[in-house]
Amino acid sequence: MSLIKTDNLTFEYIRRDDEGNVEGITRAVDDVNLDIERGQFIAILGHNGSGKSTLAKHLNAILYPTEGTVWIDGMKTSDEANTWNIRQTAGMVFQNPDNQIIGQVVEEDVGFGPENLGVPTKEILERVEESLKTVGMWEYRKHSPNKLSGGQKQRVSIAGVIAMHPKCIVMDEPTAMLDPSGRYEVIRAARALNDVEKMTIILITHYMEEVIYADKVFVMDSGRVVMHGSPRDIFSQVDALRELRLDVPQVTLLAHELKKKGLDIPDGILTIDELVNALKRSR
Amino acid sequence: MSIIFNHVYHSYDADTQLKTDALSDISFKIEDGEFVGLIGHTGSGKSTLVQHMNGLMKPTEGEVYFDGKDISDKDYPIKELRSNVGLVFQYPEHQLFEATVFEDVCFGPLNQGLEKKEAELRAFTALRQVGLEETTYYQSPFDLSGGQKRRAAIAGVLAMRPKVLVLDEPTAGLDPKGRDEILSLVKKLHDEEKITIVLVSHSMDDVANYVDRILVMNKSRLVYDGTPKEVFKHAEELEQMGLAIPQVTYAMHALKKAGFDVPTDVTTIDEAVDRIIKCIS
Repeated sequence: MSLIKTDNLTFEYIRRDDEGNVEGITRAVDDVNLDIERGQFIAILGHNGSGKSTLAKHLNAILYPTEGTVWIDGMKTSDEANTWNIRQTAGMVFQNPDNQIIGQVVEEDVGFGPENLGVPTKEILERVEESLKTVGMWEYRKHSPNKLSGGQKQRVSIAGVIAMHPKCIVMDEPTAMLDPSGRYEVIRAARALNDVEKMTIILITHYMEEVIYADKVFVMDSGRVVMHGSPRDIFSQVDALRELRLDVPQVTLLAHELKKKGLDIPDGILTIDELVNALKRSR
Repeated sequence: MSIIFNHVYHSYDADTQLKTDALSDISFKIEDGEFVGLIGHTGSGKSTLVQHMNGLMKPTEGEVYFDGKDISDKDYPIKELRSNVGLVFQYPEHQLFEATVFEDVCFGPLNQGLEKKEAELRAFTALRQVGLEETTYYQSPFDLSGGQKRRAAIAGVLAMRPKVLVLDEPTAGLDPKGRDEILSLVKKLHDEEKITIVLVSHSMDDVANYVDRILVMNKSRLVYDGTPKEVFKHAEELEQMGLAIPQVTYAMHALKKAGFDVPTDVTTIDEAVDRIIKCIS
């Protein structure tokens, strides 16, 4: 059984002017069908306003579909009785770490989620330890979160979600506000969670190089899924992506430009090693 | 116009045990018409540094000179400095607050004490400079898209006619096209309006593509000051500071290691393409 399934998911909202008169209706998500298996690493790309975040908010019952259905681990999100179980199944990490951290001390912050779920104290301590170790922040457990770097804070946010033992984590632009090493730390933590813990990861991002290790990439535009496939399939289509206001990793672009100049290089080069090998062969 | 930092220090809680230096011994000079990139990890002192450029903060030791005058002098016209050095903060759209885009952009010049007519004239010019469609001028800023909001916020600073524009991560949270649009706009302001630009960024690729000179901050100190080529030679050191070099520069290093006769100080795609083609054919 799939962990996340959406069937003709459509979400509309009504726009009103200052007097409250209806100005129009916006279809933010339009007929999206997803089927995500347990243990997959999924990336969602799309320009600002393409519907990515609205889609993500359907995955842990912050929003409900106007039409269609969303199932999380077999539970329908539109059934209010499922809301708590769904939120426990699919955790979310948002863009700004400062909005997600509430504790005065790192371990206290991570313990907040399980405590709120009514987990016994002894188990909370175990979960805090295991979660902080998973994201490499155990040695900072006694620190104050506001003295941490952006990447460290974001890893604490992730640990806070892991401590609730979800089956899946939805990350909505978790690296948008971070410096290069912060971005690297967060993406490495996400990949390790997927590799080692077999956690299902849904990563929404504007940084193309972060998705090259994903099992599958979905590209959204005007609320619809307009492309999907492996990172190589997707990044082979440089011009199509540009039309969608997106881009490809720099090394992919370099390979693409070299190919245009007549070098014999395959489409969809994703890493520097692949580029080096392709050039060795064409020499 | 020039900005000179002369052995500038800025300490927080200076008289206490908790004394921390946000800036330590910073010296450099920015000339009229430069396009400077400022990089550094979170907490390295970048934001503190740029706030010294328009007098929002003042050195606890050392001096900052704008056009040859010390901004810490008692009779220094600090209001004038704030007009001369425009600061666009991170996520500037969070600071939009008027009912319409146009009123919002007028706020700065009105606050400078200009007549309504003159302020409106400047607002129009600024909105045109940032390339916002006329249909958006009388909309609520909150009805605009992310990229448009950011343009409106930049227009609000431009309307004050600054000689220097300091932008703190102007592309954070934007999609790739949005990033290109904002950076092209900044480049246009530099090339056509002759505005001196200081661009704070976490994207090594963007910095490499747009700026002429890079300042690198690490732990409150200025550690490098040079062209992108010079600065990105220090790959290992930059990584240790939580920074990186452009991916294309990494690619050139890897090619060199694999036996290709290519230079490793390449920082842009166009140059990399040229060099690789030259080496192979």
